[in-house]
Amino acid sequence: MKIHEYQAKELLAAEGAAIPRGVVANAVAQAQRAFDDFGGKPVVLKAQVHAGGRGKGHFKDSGKTFGGVKYVTTREDVGTVAEVMFNYPLVTKQTGDQGQRVSKVLVQVAADIEREIYLGMVLDRTLGVPVMMACAEGGVEIEEVAARAPEKILKAAVEPSAGLQPFQSRRLAYELGFKGGQVPAAEKIMHALSKVFLGKDCSLAEVNPLVVTPGGEVLALDAKMNFDDNALFRHPDVRAMRDEAEEDPGELRAARANLNFIRLSGNIGCLVNGAGLAMSTMDIIKYHGGEPANFLDVGGGVTAEGAIEAFRIILQDAKVKSILVNIFGGIAKCDLIAEALVKAGREVGFKVPVVVRLEGTNVDKAREILASVRGELPMIQTAANLTEAAQKAVAAVR
Amino acid sequence: MSILVDRNTRVLCQGITGGHGSFHSKHCLEYGTQLVGGVTPGKGGQLWDSGLPNKPKLPVFDTVAEAVRKTGANATMLFVPAERGAADAIMEAADAGVALIVAITEGIPVLDMASVMRFLRQTNSRLIGPNCPGVITPGQCKIGIMPGHIHTPGPVGVVSRSGTLTYEAVWQLSNLGLGQSTCVGIGGDPVAGTSFVDVLRLFQDDPKTEAILMMGEIGGTAEEQAAAFIKAHVKKPVAAFIAGRTAPPGRRMGHAGAIISGGSGAADDKIAALRAAGIAVADSPADLGVTIQNVLASGGWGTRASGSAPGRRTGSGTQPGG
Repeated sequence: MKIHEYQAKELLAAEGAAIPRGVVANAVAQAQRAFDDFGGKPVVLKAQVHAGGRGKGHFKDSGKTFGGVKYVTTREDVGTVAEVMFNYPLVTKQTGDQGQRVSKVLVQVAADIEREIYLGMVLDRTLGVPVMMACAEGGVEIEEVAARAPEKILKAAVEPSAGLQPFQSRRLAYELGFKGGQVPAAEKIMHALSKVFLGKDCSLAEVNPLVVTPGGEVLALDAKMNFDDNALFRHPDVRAMRDEAEEDPGELRAARANLNFIRLSGNIGCLVNGAGLAMSTMDIIKYHGGEPANFLDVGGGVTAEGAIEAFRIILQDAKVKSILVNIFGGIAKCDLIAEALVKAGREVGFKVPVVVRLEGTNVDKAREILASVRGELPMIQTAANLTEAAQKAVAAVR
Repeated sequence: MSILVDRNTRVLCQGITGGHGSFHSKHCLEYGTQLVGGVTPGKGGQLWDSGLPNKPKLPVFDTVAEAVRKTGANATMLFVPAERGAADAIMEAADAGVALIVAITEGIPVLDMASVMRFLRQTNSRLIGPNCPGVITPGQCKIGIMPGHIHTPGPVGVVSRSGTLTYEAVWQLSNLGLGQSTCVGIGGDPVAGTSFVDVLRLFQDDPKTEAILMMGEIGGTAEEQAAAFIKAHVKKPVAAFIAGRTAPPGRRMGHAGAIISGGSGAADDKIAALRAAGIAVADSPADLGVTIQNVLASGGWGTRASGSAPGRRTGSGTQPGG
């Protein structure tokens, strides 16, 4: 689960990190009032969206060239820029062409910047513990630095039960070149980041950039946080920060039905049991020249209700021109799945070809069931194996 | 022989009185696994009835320590739900001296697993999983949720991060007349008790395993580490498949660990690393079985021993674009 920048900063501030003064505005007038409250000093308007790359994005059809982060110096400009941010979708490299609606704008007092630092925390899968990462080149894509000059990234492995140790933050602070009073100020932000990461079960937490002002102040200028979905059960406060407007409606609906669904850009829908097999099914569609419209794992114990809801979600997508059902019946028996398919066909109505590949337990009974409804549900095609199924699903969209 | 489990393995089920625990315990018993008891705190002293004819009712214990003392169990199959103390239950089993802990449970917070792994380092226990289908030595012992009947005894060792994809592979192998020595599901989480390298080492040392089929997926670098290990240490033929070539970066594909992030974890990088190590990688998931069949037919040593150019494509009978 992702949260907005302003929420991430609130979590950091609660653990003692210094952040710039800012107010979240839901409307243009509110943004202007915030500008007045800050004494008419220059501010930065920051569109609150989960998608990355907002600074380099643009507001679709607005006729303006600025992105989701804009420096402004006058009350009038706050009005014009906020007007655009609230009324036109923001398109970034991560949103797709349709863009993302902005409902909140962070009005933040502009900070003069002398230095920018990257600070982040993530699970190191090889070590099996979180690591804090820091880089003297801030404000850049850390992946890009990792690929180009990995030696520039400083790391400290953090024992989850003990937390970040003072010697670790001290070493990072000195190695990053902080001086004098900046050292404890930077360390304070590091400890806040570690406390939030460990305390709230983050999967990623970044302060990028952490800045030093000409006056020597150390601030978390921007922040980003993702959370471990598996740990949300013990963090009602984090769950409450969820912004459903940022999520795909189909994906939200699937999550409510305990289905794992991710929308993709192709036109062949997939319905599969198991995550590995679901990914493999997308892969075999591509291998035979097609493009998958989604990832969908209905789980090991697929039920009729789950399958029907899954079909509804797939068929809501107008670009889907055929569906590939790939079920390996292990514990879930193929005949039960065939019955669920028939029920789904009757309830939902199949308007595009549905290619079905069932294998495993009770497959013969399942084939009999599907053969018996051939006249009633003509869109259902069966396939003898995975290759044939993929080829038929691809042929159907040609 | 086989690895990890055989007909002498004595198995407990933690969470035996729950829905999943009870259902799968019954199927394991039916398969022939020596299930010797269960653990559910608060239900100690009860008897668990599988409902199977000719199978005795099994004792339920409050603690793993007592269960081990009274049954001599050396393995456990764990169904305790994540939000009801799965991580704690793993540590309890290790503390009680259970040699093999198979955690089926899905959804354990990753930071809990980080702590569990630290704890396990001070014990002699091996953890398989979590979020895995389990381990099976065909004809001898099934610990987990895989459908037993698709497996056949034989020479191919199978190791995978996925459940149903493993069943698919086993099905293809069995249909080609290629049985399995042991099949190990190491699970789909970012922090796992047992890695590909751990299992590859066991298969290399197992005289009954003649070839290895390995199924990886996007996320992390476990497959790259496996490729390096195979190149240096594995003297048996290996075939592989990597799921998720079409997965978009930054999205979690069902498994908690299946995510391309921070510039690592992409399928193409893993495939390139495996091929560079001379491992035959199937292009299509429909060719898992034939890929290992071809590797065995080509003299068994694949491109690594024959000295020909690494990265040779093998096993794929079908062409794209059909």
